[in-house]
Order: sequence, then C-alpha cells, then structure tokens
Amino acid sequence: MQDKKQAGAVRRGATTSAVKTTGRSPERAFVRDVVRKYGRRRRAVIQVLQDIQGRLRWLAPETLEAVARELKMPLAHVYSVATFYKSFSLKPRGRHTCTVCMGTACHVRGGAAVLEHFERKLGLRAGQTSLDGEITLERVNCLGACALAPLAVVDGRYYGQMNESKADTVLQPILHAGSPAPVPEDGPGDEEAS
Amino acid sequence: MKTYRTHLLVCAGTGCVSCGSFALKDALVDEIARRGLQDEVLVVTTGCNGFCERGPILMVHPDGIFYQRLAPADVPLLVEEHLIKGRPVRKLMYVPPEGDRPVPKMADIEFFKHQRLIVLRNRGRIDPEKIEEYIAYDGYEAAAKALERMTPEEIVAEVGAAGLRGRGGAGFPTGRKWDLCRREPAVPKYLICNGDEGDPGAFMDRSVLEADPHAVLEGMIIGAKAIGAARGFIYIRDEYPLAVSRIGIALEQAREMGLLGKDILGTGFDFDLEIVRGAGAFVSGEETALIASIEGQRAYPRQRPPYPAQHGLRGQPTVINNVETWANVASIIRRGSAWFSSLGTETSKGTKIFSLVGKINNTGLVEVPMGIRLRDIIFAIGGGIPKGREFKAVQIGGPSGGCIPKELLDLPVDYESLTQAGAMMGSGGMIVMDEDTCMVDIALYFLRFTQEESCGKCAPCRVGTRQMAEILARITAGEGSLDDVRKLEELAVTVKRGSLCGLGQTAPNPVLSTLRYFRDEYLAHIVDHVCPARVCKNLTTYYIEPDKCVGCLLCLKSCPANAISGERKKVHVIDQAACIKCGACFDVCPAKIQAVTKYTGERGRALRGGAAVPKDA
Repeated sequence: MQDKKQAGAVRRGATTSAVKTTGRSPERAFVRDVVRKYGRRRRAVIQVLQDIQGRLRWLAPETLEAVARELKMPLAHVYSVATFYKSFSLKPRGRHTCTVCMGTACHVRGGAAVLEHFERKLGLRAGQTSLDGEITLERVNCLGACALAPLAVVDGRYYGQMNESKADTVLQPILHAGSPAPVPEDGPGDEEAS
Repeated sequence: MKTYRTHLLVCAGTGCVSCGSFALKDALVDEIARRGLQDEVLVVTTGCNGFCERGPILMVHPDGIFYQRLAPADVPLLVEEHLIKGRPVRKLMYVPPEGDRPVPKMADIEFFKHQRLIVLRNRGRIDPEKIEEYIAYDGYEAAAKALERMTPEEIVAEVGAAGLRGRGGAGFPTGRKWDLCRREPAVPKYLICNGDEGDPGAFMDRSVLEADPHAVLEGMIIGAKAIGAARGFIYIRDEYPLAVSRIGIALEQAREMGLLGKDILGTGFDFDLEIVRGAGAFVSGEETALIASIEGQRAYPRQRPPYPAQHGLRGQPTVINNVETWANVASIIRRGSAWFSSLGTETSKGTKIFSLVGKINNTGLVEVPMGIRLRDIIFAIGGGIPKGREFKAVQIGGPSGGCIPKELLDLPVDYESLTQAGAMMGSGGMIVMDEDTCMVDIALYFLRFTQEESCGKCAPCRVGTRQMAEILARITAGEGSLDDVRKLEELAVTVKRGSLCGLGQTAPNPVLSTLRYFRDEYLAHIVDHVCPARVCKNLTTYYIEPDKCVGCLLCLKSCPANAISGERKKVHVIDQAACIKCGACFDVCPAKIQAVTKYTGERGRALRGGAAVPKDA
C-alpha cells in the first residue's frame, strides 16, 4: 500500500510540469483573466480554452471546472466542446511537441514512413507523451505547407523534405536536453486514455 | 517618402521561412549596411510567392530577377555582383528541370508565365504587414468606390454579373447568395470569412491570408455594404498561426486608418471584424458547422434549408464565403464585372488558385484562368513528374474529390467538368501521383481521413465510412474478395444519400473515382495479391540484388529493425522475417547502385520464402 502510494507520487511528480501549473489559485486567477478578456461571453468558450491550453499545454479536469464556473455554463458543455475539437488535449502534453503531417501531399511522398520513424525513435505512438513529460508526438491532417512534404514540426519549427536521417538530426537536441527515459514499446504515457 | 533604387523582396511564406528566409534577410541587411548601400537598397519581406519548392526566394525589383534556394553564404557574392557591379548572378538563378540554362527573369519562368493573377496579384511584391504597401497597389480603392458611390443593389448586381462562384468547393454563385441575404428583412446581419481550410493538400487560403490579408478585409467591407452587415467574423484554422497574426495586424492597421469601425471613410457606414480561431475539426469547414463553432458549440452541421443567408449566425441572416472568394471581390468592383467575366469559361468565371503538390517538379501555388487544361497545369506550369517517372493521376478536391487519370488530361478545369469526371473543384488541392502511387492506398487514406473527421451526427457517414475504410484496408492487405468491391459500391450510395452535409455526401468520391478509373488495380490486389505500385506493405517484399550490392553498409546502418546482415564489401541480405518494410534501405541505397528492389506478387512471395507474412501494424 505504502509502496504503491509512493510510486504514484513519484510518477505524478515526474509526469509533467503541468502539475505545477494546475496549482489551485494561480491557475484560477489565470482562467479568470482569460474569461474576462473575452468579456465573459459564453460563445467564446473555444477561444478561452485555446488561450488556456496555449499557456498550460493541456486542459486538466480542474481547469475545465474553473472555465465552467467562470463562464457560468454547465460543465458538460465545456467537456462537449473540449472533447469534440482535435486541438484540445485532456491529457498532459510534453514540453516539446513533435508533429508529423499526414496530409495528402505528405502521404504520397512517404509521410507514413516518417511518422513510423518518429514513433520508433521516440518510443511513442502518435498522440502519446513520454513518461517524463518531456516530449509529445502528434500527427496532424495537414499543415498547409505541402510544398515541403513530407513535413514535420518540432517545437513550432517546420522541417521540410523530412527523411530518417534528417529526423535523427532534428530530434537530437530535444532527446538530449530532456533525455527522456527510454519508454517501453507498449503504450507509454497513455495511462489516462485507457 | 524615401525612395530606393532597388528593392530586394525576400519571400517570407511558410515554405521559405522553414528553409531559412529570415536568416537570408538578416544576412542581406548586414551585407548591404557593410557596403554602405542602405540608402539605395531596401530589403522587404513579402508573403508567399507560390514557388515554395525553390525557397528561400529573392526577387530583385525593378529588375525582375528571380533568385532561388539562397543561403546566407551566397549573400556577399550577390551584393557585390548584382547590386554593386550590376551583373546578375547566374548560378543562383532558376534552371528548369529539362533545361540547362538559367532563366533570369521571373516573368520568363514557365511556372509563373502561364499564371493569371487576380487574387494573388500582390504576392511577393508587398509586405503583408504594411497597409501602405497594399494601398499603393490600388488597395481599398474598390472599398471606397463601393461605400461612396454604389448602392447595395449595384454591388450585388456587379458581383452577380461577374459570375463569381464560391471558391470553397461547391461553387454557389456569390451574387445570388448575397442577394438572398440582402433581401432578408431581419437585422442585424453578419458576414463570415471561412478560413477553415481543412482539405489536406490545399493551402491557398493560408497563402492569401498570409500574403495579402487586406484583400480579404477589403472584400468583406464591400460585402458588408452590399448586404447591410455591421459585424463580421474571420474564422481561421488553428494550424495557421502566421495567418492569424497577419490578419490581426491587418485589422489593427485598417482600424487606425479608418477603414474599419465607425463611419468608414466618412461615409457613415459602420463595420468591424473579429478573428475566431478554429480548433481542429475538418467538419467545421461546412458552413452551418462553422457557424455552430463561432457560437461556441460543437461543430455539428445542420439541415439546410434554411440557408445561412436567411438563418445563420444566432439565427440572423449571414453571408459566409471562403477566403479566396472574398479576395476576388475588390478586383471585381475596381475593374468591373465585364473584365472579370471575360476570363474563364461559360459557367466558371475568373481564375482559380490550385496547390500543385505531390509528385511534381514545380511544387507550389498557381493561379490560372478557369477552363485551362489539366495538362497545361501539370506539365507546362508544374514541369511534369520528377525523376522521369510516368504521370498516373491527379487527385483534385481533397477528401470530397476524386482521382483523374491521364486519359482525361485534356479536361478543361471548371466546376462542371470536374464534377462530371467524378472529382470536384473543392478548395483546389491538386495532388499529382506517379506510377509509384497505389490508388487503393490513396482511397484508403481518404476514407480513414473522413472516418476520423466525421462528426458522427449521421449514422451512414459515421458507420459507413468506417466500414468502407475497413474493406479498403482488407484489400490493401491482399485479403479482399471480389464481393468487397460490390459492397464498397453499395455503401458508397448509402453514405452519399444518407448524410446531411457535404462531408458525408462526398466522402465516397475517392473510392468511386478510383474504382471508375483504376478498377484493375483493385482487382490486382484482390485476385493476384499484387500491388502494382509496390506500396501496400503486405504485398511488397524488399530484396537486395546480390549482383548489384557493393556492400557499402548504408542500408544496414539505416535499418531500424536490424533486419539486414552483411559486412563491408560483402553482399547484404535482408532477413524477411524481421523486415518491417519501412523502406529505409530502399531510400538510402545510392541511385547509381540501386541494389534494393521492391517485389510484389509471385516473385515477392517466393523471395519471402517460408517466412511468416508480417501483418500491417
């Protein structure tokens, strides 16, 4: 029992820095500021969630509750929006984000192989975050930079004509800076997805 | 205003930026200062030029010289030779794929020569973050004309007479839409710009928003006057942060200049715009879904009629048009409907922007008159297929569109003929495919896409696309049956008929069009267990030809599965049981050796021998 608790604590501590930011009061103040910026309008709920996620990187249950309270709308509605749109993450996201484009142009130029390479290299499946909370791997339907196909984006920087050796070079710095523990092949970082 | 003898126009579209155009710009500014030319030469960052394949791009104005694939290291030579000695640097110019001599002037390059720019008229020549530059090229002249000298009826009539049709896909006549909305008695009315460009492979809206944001604003101001709206919204995809920021800057500058807000240009007309960011749902490009999204709801489409022109945002009359449509409006008002309708075909007027991507030499954005032949776009402008491969098909219209085979290359590009051919104008994505593209795999790609993006409201779309994707996956795995083809065709009809919005109604098109033109490829997968393009993993075997392999270790080192054994200068061998068919060995094997070969069918199975056939992950 004791052991289990301890392991849980370690794990939570290690998950992501988002734990710090979900600390109660500063977060609620931040939510309040964002809601105020949009004049407390309920129709702005999507913009509110975007701004919040932009800073906190993901939407924790407490965050969604705070948004519902501040906007005076049912929590169910906030969830319905947060779960519908792809850009919202209800799971913690890493400090670094790698996005691999799966648009048509990227597909015909070998985007799937690029994504597979990223998955192998990072030990993550698309949509997962490394256990130490450092790196999130995502796939996206099209980034509209099709001339660069196949395309990957690492921490907001676009890298075109991606191939395996280029991917290794691009990933080098974040793999080392964060030095995420090599995670097992079978479903790391996905505990909340169940 | 200070004048300069030369302007250096550095492209700062997404493509060029990712190839280092800002580093290039900094290097230019430094070198020019070092040579003391800062009072004679001005470096300007512009929006996307369209020729993204060749970035970073630099245009020298007024000489019209086009430099491409520049690196900061090229800058000292370029400044010394071109700017000081007046000798353009040939080795930094564009050389066409089939030719050997550089083409100095932009206007002479095949990629640009056949284009006709209306929407993209300011591309690569203005700084999109400076309203003054837009105004200098006749910007806001049309808005002033509409606000000061035209009645709403006249504006609607002019846009109607021009024959402008929606550029977002369906091609509804814009004038008629505006007229419907104008006649509605209810107030307030709203305007929406649909910048939720979701079709994978299309990026013209992104480019217009980034390269010429004021063109969209101006179109909307004119539209506002036409229908009597006081407020409008620009809905932009979340994946386009640069577009959001450029539109934001444009809005601020327009307000400062009195072109937005109260009493625009002293005409007593009030109108203002607001940005709404999308949140990553393909279906929100559908107009009723987009309106739901602006209202803070899930992006579910609803039954039409009533159309948004009668019952739109918050139940009020709303005109919703695509980015490219809005960007056409100012030119129509400024130059007149007769001029606009002189371009194009009987039913499709003006120009259309296409994103020319995939297996094509000159990748990028092109604006061409409606009615141009596909062949001219792909071979004259696009420069044909790279590496001497054979053209196979072009996919037009994204997930709603279809694949057009080489027999139809002489098809004129307009709304009607594309629909007849089983494709669709869509937003204008053109993905060119060569013989190495598997058409069944492409159909599967699109069905997986629509299945994932189906909002789930209508069962035929939600369940039908999933079933279709599963059948296609079975076929690509070599496990399909002839009955599967019949099922696909049946399901396609159900999904088309039983879905409420365009997403479901057009989702089967990629399957139907590939079945129509490439049925033999389906049969090859099903009957012969062959993938003619050697794409489908289950039907493909990688093999190292012993008589070609020189034992360079390249493939061995690149193999992520450690499935290749061998030593330096000894023939390498792939362990078929361990091979995951990622293609890394095939890609790294030097072009002059080409020892790694892909086999399918009998030969492939024989090479694999007794090894268990690994399933697709």
